Amino acid sequence: MKILIRNGRVIDPESGLDAVCDICIAAGRIQAVGDVPADFHPNQEIDASGLVVCPGLVDLSVRLREPGFEYMATLESEMRAAAAGGVTSLACPPDTDPPLDEPGLVEMLKFRTRNSPGPRVYPVGALTWKLKGERLTEMAELNEAGCVAFSQADAPLVDTRVLLRALEYAVTFDLPVWLRPQDPHLARDAVAHDGIVAARLGLPAIPVPAETVALQTILLLARETGARVHLARISSRAGLDMIRRAKHDGLRITCDVAVHHVHLSEMDLVDFNPNCHLVPPLRSIRDREAIRQALREGLVDAICSDHTPVNDDAKERPFQEAEPGATGVELLLPLTLKWAREMQVPLLQAIDLITRRPARILGVQAGVLAVGQPADVCIFDPERPWTVSRQTLLSLGKNSPYLGMELQGQVIYTLVDGHVDFKRNH
Amino acid sequence: MNGDLQLNADGSLRHLLTLEGLPACILTQILDAAESFIPVAQRGVKKVPLLRGKTIFNLFFEPSTRTRTTFEIAAKRLSADVVNLNIASSAQSKGETLLDTVANLSAMQADMFVVRHAASGAPHLIARHVAPHIHVINAGDGRCAHPTQGLLDMFTIRQHKGSFHNLCVAVVGDLLHSRVARSQIHALTTLGCPEVRVVAPRTLLPRDVDSLGVHVHYRMQTGIKDCDVVIMLRLQTERMQGSLLPSPQEYFKYWGLTPDKLKLAKPDVIVMHPGPMNRGVEIDSEVADGSHSVILNQVTYGIAVRMAVISLLAGN
Repeated sequence: MKILIRNGRVIDPESGLDAVCDICIAAGRIQAVGDVPADFHPNQEIDASGLVVCPGLVDLSVRLREPGFEYMATLESEMRAAAAGGVTSLACPPDTDPPLDEPGLVEMLKFRTRNSPGPRVYPVGALTWKLKGERLTEMAELNEAGCVAFSQADAPLVDTRVLLRALEYAVTFDLPVWLRPQDPHLARDAVAHDGIVAARLGLPAIPVPAETVALQTILLLARETGARVHLARISSRAGLDMIRRAKHDGLRITCDVAVHHVHLSEMDLVDFNPNCHLVPPLRSIRDREAIRQALREGLVDAICSDHTPVNDDAKERPFQEAEPGATGVELLLPLTLKWAREMQVPLLQAIDLITRRPARILGVQAGVLAVGQPADVCIFDPERPWTVSRQTLLSLGKNSPYLGMELQGQVIYTLVDGHVDFKRNH
Repeated sequence: MNGDLQLNADGSLRHLLTLEGLPACILTQILDAAESFIPVAQRGVKKVPLLRGKTIFNLFFEPSTRTRTTFEIAAKRLSADVVNLNIASSAQSKGETLLDTVANLSAMQADMFVVRHAASGAPHLIARHVAPHIHVINAGDGRCAHPTQGLLDMFTIRQHKGSFHNLCVAVVGDLLHSRVARSQIHALTTLGCPEVRVVAPRTLLPRDVDSLGVHVHYRMQTGIKDCDVVIMLRLQTERMQGSLLPSPQEYFKYWGLTPDKLKLAKPDVIVMHPGPMNRGVEIDSEVADGSHSVILNQVTYGIAVRMAVISLLAGN
């Protein structure tokens, strides 16, 4: 199968390319970027005039909900949603039921995702058995089975000694550990940022030190062990300041933010919208501004969707009883574009945050449009407006804070391995 | 947003969920209506036919005596049919969701729901999902709001002090967990009270409590000095377990209202408490039963205020 993508604005953060040109794909790989070789005879041509052609998106946190939560969403539905969002590689957190703590489970997941169309799926293994924070998992075996990193997802790791040993054990095999900093005691039973809105609404509150106290512990242990630590879902200005200092001191860390935290704040909770019940909580406007600046400055390495489809029964509850999380894999691109537009950030830099840089964190060959690379490509209309609704979202999770809102930018084609996995009429 | 949900397009009240964002004219309208209902209680037949043929469901997902009873009396004095549901011990324990419970009761031709729930925002959720002709009254949700209590407290203050414009009001105690305090503060600031103080140890204050427009005092000596009104809040004994306070004894010593401490306030100060009281924890019996106390008046006014809210929502 040979595909020619014509006349698109090709953006490749790796090479810095941002120009209207053609891309040739053959046998699942990129054969040429720029001039079409004379002997290239495509079976299919895609007219990308007026569209942007970039590497397929790489999303560091997409819950596929299998095994265990099939009543919320299925592997098939969420992989289709990811493809519709332009995502060609995704990491799925281990908080399934049972959690991804056994090689057999990971092999099964890999097997099932390999055999269905859609993005490449990279499981993140559980750092501790059953995510209980007590016993280490068989990290080396899990790695052989396909886990690219290890994490607790949102489960607490109360015992600092277990954390230290998990990092030490991970160092043995040079395995990355992804941690969302949150002190379990300071966040216990609480659901909203400890600020003006929680004070008004009377919601049990999570103070910023829940993030910074845990972050300090992780940074000290990362320094002590030399572990490759990725800090997930940073939510506060104070947290970002600590990461800036740690990076400046030469610590080998990376970090990401969830795309919802780039645009929303505690203010969005005022009518108790359960779709704004997120983990970590939406924080103050100052925190949100700090996130937006830190992205521009390059301090934050990636934006992820933290895609969490939740069924209506679990969401349509009083705020604090509602299952946290928001569907988002289909919004990663338009919300990143929105940030770039509002902050006057070049498209190349914005796309870098959802392609090449998260691919580096994953440690996989993705996020580039170079000759010889697998042809994972996202083609989108950067201007096209669309309304987020239960009908337009393909994910079975309709739990979006953006329901009813109009966003700009929509994926038209998604190619994985040179195969068109998603196509929207345009 | 709350305002949108509880007001009709013409600005009249559709639901009563919180006092935050309600205009002063609506608060005053309710207080005036309550005043007109006071004489009903003094009649031989304590009933008016305003809500004849209407059905009101008291949905109490959390136990309550005073609030549930006064709502029931208020509805009955308006001639409504009242159904009391103690849901903590029925449907929800069988796994039914809140919205399913409400849908089932709506199918029984309910006209109004009076809702008490342990989670902040639960009445908002119900209000978003009920049919247009059904009204929702929040009878206390989590730590968020208890608007009829706030209103009856305003009614009490107005009965004793005339107006709000020159008053200094101190709210003392567990502000962090108190829905009553939040409703009182919103009502006081809306009705033009120039100085609202909150008095509590730091552990019992929300982090950004000053954003509610109050002056923060940690100690009683400054907190109730020269006040016209002192409102004491209930301290639940569970707070000792949560490492919020060391002991009830220390709390009483520093924040309990005693005759000595009350001398710091104005000579004509009134003392209020939403009940139920913990004598010897937040308030000394001598103060609770003393000449400054208007605590039992609050309960009596509670019926008239709830009658006013119910009848206004029903369109009278």
